Amino acid sequence: MNLTFFLQNVVNALQWGSFYALIALGYSMVYSILMLFNFAHGDIFMVGTYIGFALTTAFIALSAAGIVVLPNWLILILTIILAMLFTSCLGMLVERIGYRPLRGGPRASAAITGLMIGIILQTTVLYIMGAQRVLFPSLIQTTTYNVAGVAVTNIKIMIVFVSIALMIALHQFVQHSKWGMAMRAMAFDYAVVPLMGISINTIAAMTFAIGSALAAAAGIMYGMAYPIIDPSMGILFGWKAFVAAILGGRGSIMGACIAGFLIGFIEIFVATIFPSTLRDLIAYSIIFVILVFRPHGLFGEPYSARLRL
Amino acid sequence: MSLLKVTSMTHKFGGLLAVSEYNLTIEPGQIVGLIGPNGAGKTTVFNLITGIYRPTAGRIEFNGQDVIGLAPNRIASLGLARTFQEMRLWRHMTVLEHVKMACYAKISYGLAGAFLQTPKRRRQEQEIEERAFASLKMFGVDQFASQLPVDLPYGAARRVEMARAAVTEPKLLFLDEPTVGMTPEEMMAMIEIIRDMHNKLKTAIFLIEHRLRVVTELCQRVQTLVFGQVIAEGNPEEIQNNPEVIKAYLGEEKVVA
Repeated sequence: MNLTFFLQNVVNALQWGSFYALIALGYSMVYSILMLFNFAHGDIFMVGTYIGFALTTAFIALSAAGIVVLPNWLILILTIILAMLFTSCLGMLVERIGYRPLRGGPRASAAITGLMIGIILQTTVLYIMGAQRVLFPSLIQTTTYNVAGVAVTNIKIMIVFVSIALMIALHQFVQHSKWGMAMRAMAFDYAVVPLMGISINTIAAMTFAIGSALAAAAGIMYGMAYPIIDPSMGILFGWKAFVAAILGGRGSIMGACIAGFLIGFIEIFVATIFPSTLRDLIAYSIIFVILVFRPHGLFGEPYSARLRL
Repeated sequence: MSLLKVTSMTHKFGGLLAVSEYNLTIEPGQIVGLIGPNGAGKTTVFNLITGIYRPTAGRIEFNGQDVIGLAPNRIASLGLARTFQEMRLWRHMTVLEHVKMACYAKISYGLAGAFLQTPKRRRQEQEIEERAFASLKMFGVDQFASQLPVDLPYGAARRVEMARAAVTEPKLLFLDEPTVGMTPEEMMAMIEIIRDMHNKLKTAIFLIEHRLRVVTELCQRVQTLVFGQVIAEGNPEEIQNNPEVIKAYLGEEKVVA
């Protein structure tokens, strides 16, 4: 494997890992403050992608009809912002009707609630959009830059930069806002937080909102890079991001990001060496072995789950 | 008007009668003690009044407002703070962050403040830090401000928990066995700290204790709880000499010791 080839794969892995990392953050944050895995998260990612698809299509139609003529870059920015907003509302709705009534109940009920909500979301999208795959409209003309023999597209650069910017923004939020402070406190000891006059429900809803917004951003960028989407896209992607959240160490924000990128790297490099049909088999065997040696994940601590950076 | 008025509060866990026909009145600035053997239901009384459990029957009025059914965070916002018997600190947050966390309601800089160094943020952060340090100083733990509670001596960690509860200057402070696990010297120091705080803040205090010494030193009025029922109430001397109390409470103390 020569250097150029290696660097080419690094670029691809960074892009691929960005999706996992952004989705893994949603699993990780919710787990850390509520001690439950939101198994509907992969499907929230899917719905976010479809919301992005609908918004983009609508904006393009409006522009084509001459009603509101917007340049493509503006459409992209508006789509990302609005889709994050709408998807965070969906996340809060899921928390409100799916999880809040079950809080304090058996853990297994919350887990299957997530699975059921996932199925509901998938079938709803299936009903509205049909089973056929749809093409995510391309907004940005792909430009390929050749940097020392490594092909880098403008879309890849955008994806990696937007992802990292979102992660930094999340870090800032968790460290420096009062809500972030409450999230960190909830991750350490859930029960004392209300006694500081803080509403657990507000913080929980906010956590779902943030996780869902990040998933929507990941979904739209996924649609830009791999423009064919279908209602079952969230299943496998969700599971893999879930693996990243566990591999990072439950509840660790930095862990989720790093593990997301790590899984991206493992998948891409396995695919360059072995036939692509063996990719997941080998990649996830490697991850399995890592977990055997580090059962609490890369940044996890035994018997604890807390929001750390 | 009384600060806290609990009338005929009863609570059942399934078939178990944990608290029965419990009455309590606390006037502003008063220190009231609650003693009783292990399992008497003392902490349950705390949890009922602070909104963690909802009583099966009875009335609770805090500051003239009916608080039954209010979420714990709402009751806390009305000016009721507490500490825990088993010290509930956030293991990976610094001592200063603990006390700042209690000032949550006072933070009004929003997202802009979180992402940018706005003047509002700077002003509020400074105000809150001053308050936090004042509270830590009052409990003699300001030198630990940047440390994690896990690295603190036991007595200091307890005082951090109290500083967190007192920083918002609550109207009423619940202390759940503040001297548990302390040596007699540490206990005497804690008594002084509570007395000092009370002199400074004039906060009303409701105190659960196992040790009679703490109660006799601090409280104006003491209740004795046995099997969820108040068997005696009065000033510390009356309680110490009450035959029922000696039988139920001091008697068991001897067996335990």
